[in-house]
Amino acid sequence: MIRHPHFETMPRAELEKLQLERLKKTVAYVYERVPFYRDSMQKLGVKPDDIQTLTDVANLPFTSKLDFRDNYPFGLTCVPQDEVVCVHASSGTTGKPVIAPYTQKDVDTWAELVARSLVCAGMTREDTLQNAYGYGMFTGGLGLHYGGKQLGATVVPASTGNTKRQLMMIQDLGTTAISCTPSYALILHETAQELDIDLYNGSLRLGILGAEPWSENMRADIENKLGITALSIYGLTEIMGPGVSMECPHKNGMHIWEDHFLAEIIDPVTGKTLPYGEQGELVITTLTKEAQPVLRFRTKDITRLITETCACGRTMARMVRITGRSDDMIRVRGVSVFPSQIESVLLTVEGIEPQYMIVVDRQNAFASDELEIWVEVSESIFSDKMAQMATLQIKLQRELDSVLGIKARIKLVEPRKLARTEGKAKRVVDRSELPQL
Amino acid sequence: MKIKQVSVFAENEQGRLLAILKALEITCVNLRAISVSENADFGIVRMIMDNPEKGAAALKQAGFTERTDTLLTAEIPDVPNGLLKSVVQPLSDGKVNIDYFYAFLEQEAGTARIVLKTSDDEKAEMLLKACTT
Repeated sequence: MIRHPHFETMPRAELEKLQLERLKKTVAYVYERVPFYRDSMQKLGVKPDDIQTLTDVANLPFTSKLDFRDNYPFGLTCVPQDEVVCVHASSGTTGKPVIAPYTQKDVDTWAELVARSLVCAGMTREDTLQNAYGYGMFTGGLGLHYGGKQLGATVVPASTGNTKRQLMMIQDLGTTAISCTPSYALILHETAQELDIDLYNGSLRLGILGAEPWSENMRADIENKLGITALSIYGLTEIMGPGVSMECPHKNGMHIWEDHFLAEIIDPVTGKTLPYGEQGELVITTLTKEAQPVLRFRTKDITRLITETCACGRTMARMVRITGRSDDMIRVRGVSVFPSQIESVLLTVEGIEPQYMIVVDRQNAFASDELEIWVEVSESIFSDKMAQMATLQIKLQRELDSVLGIKARIKLVEPRKLARTEGKAKRVVDRSELPQL
Repeated sequence: MKIKQVSVFAENEQGRLLAILKALEITCVNLRAISVSENADFGIVRMIMDNPEKGAAALKQAGFTERTDTLLTAEIPDVPNGLLKSVVQPLSDGKVNIDYFYAFLEQEAGTARIVLKTSDDEKAEMLLKACTT
């Protein structure tokens, strides 16, 4: 099913015309209303009238997360406060959060785009959607709530936590779809097992999962354990919240709702625009927002775009699963690699648990000739034979070379070395920041 | 005969052997033999202890990656060509490769004892037995 066939299956030439028209409007709108955008455009010598084709977007300045911080809280807002009907915020684990104000029209668009996403995932008004994203300033909770209601599905605003109660509601209310993080889907399964609840053969059939990176392996795991179709939803507080893009059951990338968002792929190092199809950082310009439109927001997410019409019939470009964050990208002799790629290679070598750290030299700013990867020697890979340890080292080096085409020096380290970098596993560390022992 | 060996992974850095011995200090485990195999980055510290279970637990507790293996051990007569005649020649004749070995003195018996890991411990044991009888 397609909720907005006129837009979702629009021929791309027509779509691009619509995007250009909306882009021109947005640029003129922010230029007039926000000093930050006016100043940064003037610095680059660009005026709203200079936007004549869609590719002219590349002449506009980027907006980064830092710009949101610098203009906290309402420095990027285009409307007077009485037009703002609600405000959301990013979690802001480091410093001030990103503030996202919405006009009534923004909320309506958001609800409509989340509803479109849910239909794209295969939901109808017959479904009961248990929304286990956190309610509050986080966009995930209310975003899915608005969208589910807009669709006419039965929304259960379960919010996060209280897993036993979640399971009770799934069973008692006959929940068919759940929206939560992929890791929470697995927690649900674990707890269900402890309580002897059979989720696999239950009413649940669909997972709308997002808000954290996950892999194809994790998808297979979730689908096999919960007996559901698990699909990816994408969004950012800076742009709108969830519903910027959504996977369809063909599982071949997330459809970006391009009638509302203009997507670009850039080289994260040079900032140059790359053709669709090449891997790079996703950059988004909003096309219909009122309260806080954004020009060329650098998402830091690494993906590539597919513009061929999907098997579902939609013409909207699809972004493939995010392979990493541009902050984490490392360049070795011109080859870009992400810690996640290194991790998957380490995983294929028998017995290796992915406890590792990549050491870079900031002097050579992400352009080292050789990578050094510290791999923790756990009990499963420790041998009393030196020859076996040396073989492991060589095997890892060879595997990284053949799969990723990078020269890496594998250094086997004691567990204490990596234990110092607890919490969110910090995978890339500068030589100067190495733990002092 | 068999003997238990505790091995520890240690980076090739100043102070690591000290840390291993410090981890064992309070256990009062007696080291009967120790051998280190090293390269530029790391070493494998292999130890024979009077109480390997206690020693291994203390090392694990201290955060080391350790493992316990059961190894072959043999007594060597304290005479010229003792090692050649009683161990190396018979193993070589039997086409058994020695991965590593080290020796220590048996104070009471007044003989040397070697600990060894081979490509085929079962066969090696038979070859050594046949040699002593």
